[in-house]
Amino acid sequence: MFNNPDLLKAIFGRLTLESLPFHEPILVVTFLAVALGGAAVVGAITYYRLWSYLWREWFTSVDHKRIGVMYIVLGLVMLLRGFSDALMMRLQQAVAFNGSEGYLPAHHYDQIFTAHGVIMIFFVAMPLVTGLMNYVVPLQIGARDVAFPFLNNFSFWMTAAGAVLVMMSLFVGEFARTGWLAYPPLSNIGYSPDVGVDYYIWSLQIAGIGTLLSGVNLVATIVKMRAPGMTMMKMPVFTWTALCTNVLIVAAFPVLTAVLAMLSLDRYVGTDFFTNDFGGSPMMYVNLIWIWGHPEVYILVLPAFGVFSEVTSTFSGKRLFGYTSMVYATVVITILSYLVWLHHFFTMGSGASVNSFFGITTMIISIPTGAKLFNWLFTMYHGRIRYELPMMWTVAFMLTFVLGGMTGVLLAVPPADFVLHNSLFLIAHFHNVIIGGVVFGAFAGIAYWFPKVTGFKLDPFWGKLSFWFWVSGFYFAFMPLYVLGFMGVTRRLRVFHDPSLQIWFVIAGFGAFLILLGILAFLVQIVVSIRNREALRDVTGDPWNARTLEWSTSSPPPPYNFAFTPVIHDNDAWWDMKKRGYERPLGGFNPIHMPKNTAAGIILAGISVVFGFAMIWYIWWLAALSFVALIATTIGHTFNYNRDFYIPVDEVVHCERARTQLLSGQA
Amino acid sequence: MSTEAHVSHTHSHADHGHGHDGGTHATFGGYMIGFGLSVVLTAIPFWLVMSGVLGSNEATALTVMAFAVVQIVVHMIFFLHMTPSSEGGWTMMALIFTLVMVLITLAGSLWVMYHLNTNMMPVHDMSRIP
Repeated sequence: MFNNPDLLKAIFGRLTLESLPFHEPILVVTFLAVALGGAAVVGAITYYRLWSYLWREWFTSVDHKRIGVMYIVLGLVMLLRGFSDALMMRLQQAVAFNGSEGYLPAHHYDQIFTAHGVIMIFFVAMPLVTGLMNYVVPLQIGARDVAFPFLNNFSFWMTAAGAVLVMMSLFVGEFARTGWLAYPPLSNIGYSPDVGVDYYIWSLQIAGIGTLLSGVNLVATIVKMRAPGMTMMKMPVFTWTALCTNVLIVAAFPVLTAVLAMLSLDRYVGTDFFTNDFGGSPMMYVNLIWIWGHPEVYILVLPAFGVFSEVTSTFSGKRLFGYTSMVYATVVITILSYLVWLHHFFTMGSGASVNSFFGITTMIISIPTGAKLFNWLFTMYHGRIRYELPMMWTVAFMLTFVLGGMTGVLLAVPPADFVLHNSLFLIAHFHNVIIGGVVFGAFAGIAYWFPKVTGFKLDPFWGKLSFWFWVSGFYFAFMPLYVLGFMGVTRRLRVFHDPSLQIWFVIAGFGAFLILLGILAFLVQIVVSIRNREALRDVTGDPWNARTLEWSTSSPPPPYNFAFTPVIHDNDAWWDMKKRGYERPLGGFNPIHMPKNTAAGIILAGISVVFGFAMIWYIWWLAALSFVALIATTIGHTFNYNRDFYIPVDEVVHCERARTQLLSGQA
Repeated sequence: MSTEAHVSHTHSHADHGHGHDGGTHATFGGYMIGFGLSVVLTAIPFWLVMSGVLGSNEATALTVMAFAVVQIVVHMIFFLHMTPSSEGGWTMMALIFTLVMVLITLAGSLWVMYHLNTNMMPVHDMSRIP
């Protein structure tokens, strides 16, 4: 029966043994390393009997704090993958001179730059940002959880499912070779007949569901669940930026879903949305995907702006300068981010009126952004600045981001863009704003809220080491790319013929090496901090003498966050409470109504992975089966009425008494 | 979802009451008016297409679309109970935001896509290039 090709095709679709990349030594070694590492992790978890703990307390958890932490862990794990891709590209470009082909064959190199972009945006930056919002927003507004706790768990697992599919493409088949936005006609079936683009489509569609639902969830949470007294203009700035970001998610991600759905129809059933003939237009794809793509960069950077606002006012010991203007700037950026998408394709052929309109709107965005920067500077002015780790990231952000913003305004001038389009200057620009803005923001946020999550601070020595490696590494890695871009080097090249360019690529490679040290130092920092946790312990719950509500509860917060819902009188609610001599209530507790954990999210996401995999490999019976299973499980879950429980008074009293003892022991 | 919404801190006390804040209350009469209007607004375009009274296809298509827009408004008011004051104005704000976004996306895409040939050389000139 194994000789019947039709039968094999019906069972396995286009998946054959040749799909496994045994012929690629790099991938085989990677696979061995990943397999050994994975086996070690699984072995360790089994040895310490952690599976049931992880399943009960984390994987099935609907607690927004646990889910936030899992998002951040996902982001950091995927950072390692995305950064390995970056290192490989830097190495290839540094050696592929003087007739050398480098060490990466073209089809592998093309997958690497595509995977790098996709992973860094969707599976590193998005989870880090979403994780921070998930953890912090309910605490900042005095809520006990998000509006839809099960949906939150489901959203996380769908994002993780997308990441799993991307990782699978490493060892089963291949990833797209199209660049991170998969423009047709290259991404259409005629030019990309392999599974790469299908991996791309299905991982993004599945992760996109998670992102969209988590956006809906957080918008509902912020609009409906603020503590009494917290009017919109008394919300912390991070919550404001989270609100705007999630509104952007809800408005923009359906566009991505629709575009990718049309591309899949082109690929699977032969429609002609984005083909060259039969009335299709590949340019429509470019237009539509950037209608999502431009808001996406603001989705990433707005929460980072929020982190910097919190950090600046906390570590300057001052109320944030210009709160109202900060809020309006955020809202204006939210709207304007929808009016600039064409600046990603000035060279596509539109006339002067279109290009100048979008050039001008792009330049206008720098005004609210500049206003924010001045607000941060004026917050620091006359403040008592403490240069702890989060503040250091913030200052590095201000310097780096201004540089990236200015090259952005440069690129917003259409005639200049005609010269610099698709060059390494552009690459340097967007890494400058994404690393300088989003990544620095994520690290600032992690360092800032880590004591809230764990109850102890991060080790400052390794943190500072990581900081200096990252910042210097960034400048070494990307300033040469500005130079190369001016010299006319375009992006995504694999080999070079002009030997005078090599030195710049070598410098950039050195920068990437420094960033590697920065990432390693960050990992060491976490390990060292966990080992020295007793010395770094914070029992107050407010280690930075901070201003917003999340610091009023214990570190780590109890499952119910607040025994009594706080009442808000001021922007800096916790600062105001401290100033008025707030006394923590010690009695009169009630049972607390909470949502129950559920395995439905992880099960649905698991089936989604199977469904995506089956669609990618044309295994139609499995696709149909898993789709039915998906619908059935979803309907089945709606019959689960056992969704909530009460935390008994005894447990609340016990938790709060433990906190009282800690606080008095410290005082 | 309703049990989950209960987790909100405002419901933390043992009280299980459903608070319908803001929003017009659904009444039988309201639904019937909405249903009647929907039927009429569907029947007229159907009749227009079947009888072809308007003559030109363009005019019929435009009229049908106009009826569709009116129908959307009817649904929003009578079935989704959207008024300027429901949910403390958030519904209205979300609606306006959505409309602005859709308008930008549609108008912008049309403008961009119809503008793409501006810089193209006329095809017949290609042959005269020396």
